[in-house]
Amino acid sequence: MPDMEQRLSGAPLPKLDGERLMSELGRRAQEAGLADVAYASMDSPVGELLVAVTERGVVRVAFSSEVTDEVLAELAQRVSPRLLRLPERTDTVRRELDEYFEGKRHGFDLPLDWSLVRGFARGVLHATARVPFGQTTTYRQMAEAAGSPRASRAAGNALGSNPIPIVVPCHRVLHSGGGLGGYAGGLERKRTLLTLEGVLGG
Amino acid sequence: MRRSHGNGPRHVSSAVTLPPFQLLVDRHAGELHRFLAASIGPDLAEDCLQDTLISALRAYPRLRHGQNLRAWLYTIAHNKATDAVRRMARRPASVELDGMPPGREPSHPAHEPADDGLWLRVRALPGRQRAAVVHRFVMDLDYRAIGELMGTTEEAARQNVSAGLKRLRKELTDA
Repeated sequence: MPDMEQRLSGAPLPKLDGERLMSELGRRAQEAGLADVAYASMDSPVGELLVAVTERGVVRVAFSSEVTDEVLAELAQRVSPRLLRLPERTDTVRRELDEYFEGKRHGFDLPLDWSLVRGFARGVLHATARVPFGQTTTYRQMAEAAGSPRASRAAGNALGSNPIPIVVPCHRVLHSGGGLGGYAGGLERKRTLLTLEGVLGG
Repeated sequence: MRRSHGNGPRHVSSAVTLPPFQLLVDRHAGELHRFLAASIGPDLAEDCLQDTLISALRAYPRLRHGQNLRAWLYTIAHNKATDAVRRMARRPASVELDGMPPGREPSHPAHEPADDGLWLRVRALPGRQRAAVVHRFVMDLDYRAIGELMGTTEEAARQNVSAGLKRLRKELTDA
């Protein structure tokens, strides 16, 4: 009965609806408290952004200059491997970012999760998070605020590895001499953000 | 779960490198769904896949290594399928699953031309034979791959397939 093997092989199976799967899986995972890290991507004037949240708050914002798989792998390794693509969980963050880009919002009301930041860098980024919209500061001032006035270079490194750019506005930190300094997402993005905030002329 | 102070890391990172769970879903949900659809029927496959993934997600951070995650997912799916078959068998409406004549099961694939209950009989096979037959014919895997996914030798995989086929042939001939 070779016919039987053929019928087994030829079974036309239903196709999986991936979107339905994810929305139902996300719902159940959240109910069971199993979605430790939720992420989604969004469009913005500085290109596509990946945003990730935990129950504590925003843990990561990544520009498209970073490799998505690497961003996710780092989150899995350093925060939790229970990481799911759940756009709804990132709704608030994405809405506030949209408002910021539309010029309707000058500050973020978002809790932050600092899991990816250690030591001195945490002090620097805490200070950076308090720099208001439309204002700028310097690497030296951020080093001072973190308790090491002479550690400008270390402050620069800390800002360069800021896991939550835009929300923690490291683009507002410039060179003491007046130069733009660096930006992990590329200077073009830094210019765009500073222009949006009226610091640089359009 | 240690909290040094307000902002301490919640999950102390370990030496084990596990990929983001979403990556496992993206890579394997489709094939697991086909495996389940063939194993227990298309109607129940999606729920069973959800159960599989939730169980996997629950256990995920406790894994001691990140190897053979695909086989690990198949093991969970196979166990969920076996549970589902047992539940079906206990339902009065499908008593015939254990016996011979195939009635119209709700999860019976509509595509089956000559309705001799082939798929119902596949579902009623002993668990390891069912999984092996599905892996061999529906998923089109060779015996070595089946052995890897089922945690057995190539030879054991071959025997499970052959025992399953033999049983199906006999049942269809007797029917």
